[in-house]
Amino acid sequence: MSIIESCSKPINKDSIKGISPKQLVSMYEMMLKIRLVEDYIGRMVARREVKTPCHLYLGQEAVAVGVCAHLKKDDFVFSTHRSHGHYLAKGGDLKSLMAEIFGKATGCCRGRGGSMHIAQPSLGLPGSSAIVGGTIPLAVGAGLGISLKSRPNVAVAFFGDGATNEGIFYESLNFARLKNLPVIFICENNFYSTHMHISKIQAVSQLYKIGELFDIPSFQVNGYNIIEVYTLAKKTIETAKKGKGPVFVEAFTYRWRGHVGPNWDLDTNIRAKEEVYWWVKNCTIKRLERLLLGEKILNSKKRKDIFRKLHAEIRQAIKFAKESPYPDKKELKDVYA
Amino acid sequence: MKRKLTYAEAINEALHQLMQKDKNVIVIGQGVTSPWYVGATTVGLLDKFGEKRIIDTPVSESAITGVAGGCSLTGARPILVHPRMDFMYYAFDQIINHMAGWHFMFGGKVNMPVVFWAIINRGGEQAAQHSQALQGLFMHIPGLKLVMPSTAYDAKGLLVSAVEDNSPVMYIDDRWLYSQKEHVPEDLYRVSIGKSQIRRKGKDLTIIASSYMTLKALEACEVLENEGIEAEVIDLRSIKPLDTETLCKSVKKTGRLVIADGGWRTCGLAAEISAQISEKVFNYLKKPIVRVTLPDAPAPASSALERAYYPTEKNIIKAAKSLCNKNSVRRKK
Ligand SMILES: Cc1ncc(C[n+]2csc(CCOP(=O)(O)OP(=O)(O)O)c2C)c(N)n1
Ligand SMILES: [Mg+2]
Repeated sequence: MSIIESCSKPINKDSIKGISPKQLVSMYEMMLKIRLVEDYIGRMVARREVKTPCHLYLGQEAVAVGVCAHLKKDDFVFSTHRSHGHYLAKGGDLKSLMAEIFGKATGCCRGRGGSMHIAQPSLGLPGSSAIVGGTIPLAVGAGLGISLKSRPNVAVAFFGDGATNEGIFYESLNFARLKNLPVIFICENNFYSTHMHISKIQAVSQLYKIGELFDIPSFQVNGYNIIEVYTLAKKTIETAKKGKGPVFVEAFTYRWRGHVGPNWDLDTNIRAKEEVYWWVKNCTIKRLERLLLGEKILNSKKRKDIFRKLHAEIRQAIKFAKESPYPDKKELKDVYA
Repeated sequence: MKRKLTYAEAINEALHQLMQKDKNVIVIGQGVTSPWYVGATTVGLLDKFGEKRIIDTPVSESAITGVAGGCSLTGARPILVHPRMDFMYYAFDQIINHMAGWHFMFGGKVNMPVVFWAIINRGGEQAAQHSQALQGLFMHIPGLKLVMPSTAYDAKGLLVSAVEDNSPVMYIDDRWLYSQKEHVPEDLYRVSIGKSQIRRKGKDLTIIASSYMTLKALEACEVLENEGIEAEVIDLRSIKPLDTETLCKSVKKTGRLVIADGGWRTCGLAAEISAQISEKVFNYLKKPIVRVTLPDAPAPASSALERAYYPTEKNIIKAAKSLCNKNSVRRKK
């Protein structure tokens, strides 16, 4: 069975042995949180209440959550234009995310960054870049910093399949291996780079093999199965923290919506309806939920409570964002540290 | 009735006609097969000319720019699309070290007739990496020609001249101009590189403007006229070479100069023009030159900050008035 086919299969009960029920529910909750936040944001973009271009993480939740579940505050996460999920999974504050998206002074970047540029440095989120490949070397640099101080940390670079087109990606892999830096490269292969299927722009069909070319331990994982991501990430992050150098992970996943904004991209000839339906039908969160209910780790009351709590939290964050003031134009002068 | 086209349609027509006329012309870059990516300017090209000449590319700005350069060495005339100027930094080395200087470095024996079609796409809370206008940076580079059309007519005519030029030419357009509409002739015509255009005559003050700021300058003139100030507006069209003759002639006549450009201030296009005017016609200036530009800050996301960031006709009006106090110009009855 190919990894992609396995994305549609129920999550194996045995695979959760050794993961505490608390951890499982917390990951479920975080995936759901990202799902609902993105859904709310998508609606607000459609209503034009939100103007900043939003690249929604819907569908890809398992990757961010499965990886970040192992990270500490002082581990670094570097992200891309599609960064809300990474930010939330790393513990980023929801209110300041919402306020940022509304361009408010209370936003995590005081309204200067918008959706594509969010940061919370105190939580190991030093910034996300909308330049494809742009943060990959920064993660390597953070890895260098960690190793200079011999800290027990890692730097994680999240990037898309499209970023494997950029030269800077290869240069970064080389340096990370050369200096054996504690860097986790997570390539989220959602099969598309804007309007292009990856097969039309990348000569290598198995992206993890690029990592192997640099002698970096490299893996392919079903990024639509949170347990597989979690289990692999646990192993790789531990190795990296032990000073064994970088790790490369290609995680298959799927972005439900179009490249940017809330639309489904069904009217553009970019991808087939059936393809989108297939991934939505095999929803990554639903499959986890089914397992947790079946194993009695979750029951329907608890599930309802989680939903209710999340909706309330998100509505509150939106209210906070809407009621916050806009930044003053004096902010434009703050270009130096 | 004379046929009208939008700025975007004019670019599209120029591409069709250029490709039809010369088999050596190819279009290469990200999004050229996806009309929404480059604002409907490449509609119909793929169907008509096929995948061999309309090449959508990987996200590899550096290599693809070099590929366009290398291809031009074989007789092709590539039009290389960079759908956003912000994404061009990866390509700087190829543009500057490997193309702009090539003709000079190899004794004038090797040419690289590449058009870098560089699109400015800003506003809409897109923030710092999706908003840049880099004419000032590229103006600094010897060996590159730079044009910035502000009208549909020029959008077509300058693209034709750029493609036919044997030097690398950067053709910078602005998505804020794409819906501008005017008469555009059906034939393949040229607008010469190196010539500016006086868009409005006036004697009290000269406004030199680039690209979108030309529109803002013309809007400003409506208001200034009511206040008795007659401004002359020069649309640069060509950023490099600069039509200093036309610029100096106007400044000699008016003695007052506002330069309006949508790029950054320090060492920008407006700074360079200011230097050249000061060198050449300093004695004619009645007042110091005033620049209307972006502040020296990255583009912000919040629309509250965007409003303060992007200069408009209001900034031009204010600048013009600061140069023309009541006694120095005749009041209109
Ligand atoms: C240097 C650069 N080139 C082009 C773009 C335009 N762009 C934004 S996202 C994107 C595709 C990225 O695809 P991928 O890395 O797979 O990430 P995904 O959007 O699928 O999450 C492109 C081409 C950009 N932002 N930066
Ligand atoms: Mg992708």
